[in-house]
Amino acid sequence: MSKIRTQLMLCGGTACHSRGTSAVRETLEKELDRRGLAEEIQLIETGCNGFCAVGPVMLVQPDEIFYQKLKPKHIPHLVEEHFLKGRPVEKLFYAESASKETIPNMENIPFFAHQMLWAMRNKGLIDPEVIDDYIARDGYFAAAKALQEMTPEQIIREMRISQIRGRGGAGFPTGLKWDFARRSPGDVKYVLCNADEGDPGAFMDRSILEADPHAVLEGMIIAARAISAHQGYIYCRTEYPLAIRRLNIAITQAKEYGLLGKDILGTGFDFDIEIYEGAGAFVCGEETALMRSIEGKRGMPRPRPPFPALRGLWEKPTILNNVETLANVPQIMLNGGDWYASVGTETSKGTKVFALSGDVRNIGLVEVPMGISLRTIIFDIGGGIPKKKKFKAVQLGGPSGGCIPEQHLDIPVDYEAIAKVGAIMGSGGMIVMDETTCMVDMARFFMDFVQDESCGKCTPCREGTRRLLDILKRICDGKGRPEDIEDMKELSHVIKESALCGLGQTGPNPVLSTLRYFEDEYEAHIYEKRCPAKRCVALLKFEIDPDICTKCGLCSKVCPTEAVTWKKKTVARIDKEKCIKCLSCFGKCKFGAIF
Amino acid sequence: MSYNIQPQHPDITEAMWIRINEIITTNRMKPGSVITVLRECQDIVGYLPVELIDHISRGLNLSPSDVFGVVSFYSLFSLEPKGRHTVKVCMGTACYVKGIKEVIERICNEYQMEEGGTSEDRRFSLDPVRCLGACGLAPVAVVDQDIYGDASSNSIIDILEKYE
Repeated sequence: MSKIRTQLMLCGGTACHSRGTSAVRETLEKELDRRGLAEEIQLIETGCNGFCAVGPVMLVQPDEIFYQKLKPKHIPHLVEEHFLKGRPVEKLFYAESASKETIPNMENIPFFAHQMLWAMRNKGLIDPEVIDDYIARDGYFAAAKALQEMTPEQIIREMRISQIRGRGGAGFPTGLKWDFARRSPGDVKYVLCNADEGDPGAFMDRSILEADPHAVLEGMIIAARAISAHQGYIYCRTEYPLAIRRLNIAITQAKEYGLLGKDILGTGFDFDIEIYEGAGAFVCGEETALMRSIEGKRGMPRPRPPFPALRGLWEKPTILNNVETLANVPQIMLNGGDWYASVGTETSKGTKVFALSGDVRNIGLVEVPMGISLRTIIFDIGGGIPKKKKFKAVQLGGPSGGCIPEQHLDIPVDYEAIAKVGAIMGSGGMIVMDETTCMVDMARFFMDFVQDESCGKCTPCREGTRRLLDILKRICDGKGRPEDIEDMKELSHVIKESALCGLGQTGPNPVLSTLRYFEDEYEAHIYEKRCPAKRCVALLKFEIDPDICTKCGLCSKVCPTEAVTWKKKTVARIDKEKCIKCLSCFGKCKFGAIF
Repeated sequence: MSYNIQPQHPDITEAMWIRINEIITTNRMKPGSVITVLRECQDIVGYLPVELIDHISRGLNLSPSDVFGVVSFYSLFSLEPKGRHTVKVCMGTACYVKGIKEVIERICNEYQMEEGGTSEDRRFSLDPVRCLGACGLAPVAVVDQDIYGDASSNSIIDILEKYE
């Protein structure tokens, strides 16, 4: 019998790792050993816990005590107090930023309290490299049920009842997609998993793959059964080495257990999965481009129809689903489509994972029920905007999405409601921006991205986005012309109507949505040659406002060229001859006195 | 077999050619393997010189223009030699909002190089990359394999000075 009385779930996600999980782990192991506790206390390195802002984090089970911001120097005290004497260490608890009140239990921390974990149900609770951990949490029960008790028609019926929509961004009903592929004639069919998470600011797919890779494999097995496919591919970004490593381990283990390969669970059904590493092209997230890329060609989209459900990879019927969609599938099979559809709004069911980042206190991954308001996510779960700054906008949906300003924060998370205010649900990147963000610069940033990633096949996207970028650059450089705004609107409209694929058709969205809500900022740039957020370098004068300056002198200390002169109790001065516009002083000034 | 005859190239040693040929042999029958082959060969040599692309196209029985088309399409592949250390700066939205632009400008000024370029002494290559998915650490820079979060225009120079 195992004598383990306590489990320590130490987060091994990318963010926690770079903040020192390895060092904490080493010290913990040493200390547990020294105290003779190694037999009773098990240390497990889990996938991403989600609360990246306060990493490295550790959850103590079964007490549910949540420790944050761990450093090796805290460990000896922690082991002695908590694990030897049974007194949890309060100074390592999470503390509310406003009241300074400490909260020992994970479920009571506001960041976790509003969440609803379905797709990420195993995050931080299992060792992603051990299949038994996954099975102990009802893993592969759904696959067994689907293979042994259900017909393909029944699987698809449950999927359609659940009304789950593709979590990759476009929101196409998954059950319908599977039904098309099932009805397509042909003996050879493919199941693909889209793990080419390219949207800047989106990292939920990576976290799911790192924390719970078996859930995705199980979803693929069920999908394969539904459409009678025998080969699957996971197309994963090469930028995610840890996810690829864990997927490989998971596939090997699943094969050893007879859950992949020939004659799965004795049902006579064969299915195998291979990982295909991408090579860095955003457009390969588009389904037809992704299939071209697996075929070893330039990843360029082709016009649809025919849809991949009819002619996809190697011209065979293919379904492509996003990581998060697939991670939901086992739960739908186990609990039924009705259970899944019981949560959400009229047209959007279930939960959605968002990667909350940018100018927000609690950066991390959150999974919320559909229908929750954006305000709840940003201010209750996210803890609001740090450094006493004001909220300006939230960017949803990556380069194809848009910015949503304060006045629309009360809309629910719902595919249609978000589209109505000019953004898209997208894959779940949610970037909060405070008042110091320049919206023209933001549009330029996204257009730069779209332009760079345009595959070049169709003219509206290749040339049109280039012209949009030229105009935006000109405006940011202080050379904007009065006709620019109208030109951009017209050009955007043409691109939207005529581009070949989703990337091109949504490419102008960043421009359109910033113009819709922040036209005054464009006007300030064009007519007054002024950047209200003080972010456009060309529009900065590099002067110091004597009314705001606190005479602290920090700016002069960081200047690499000694262009800033300062004497005690005087306002600093910038010598423009010497200034190289490196922005060191600008970044250092907490008061925004440099303009 | 024609791909066993290899061209000469100053950056590719005899041992490298042997490994390259092994990669080609393992993959030559697999349809769609060209991206995998190119990636593995680039891992060995550090970049993809034209002679190597030619060699791979002969080995996989594809036209050189097809293989070159693939190389030029994907940002992972480089036709130019790289510096001793690769500095990847994340251009994701979160990093951008939190000021990666200032970090990049500082690096360019300090080491006299351009985005995507290599410094004269081949000490650093500066690669702006797509979102690394480490938005909790924004702005993020990755030097070789080491991830640095919360980078600023000042701290980045201290970090880089550790790499010779």
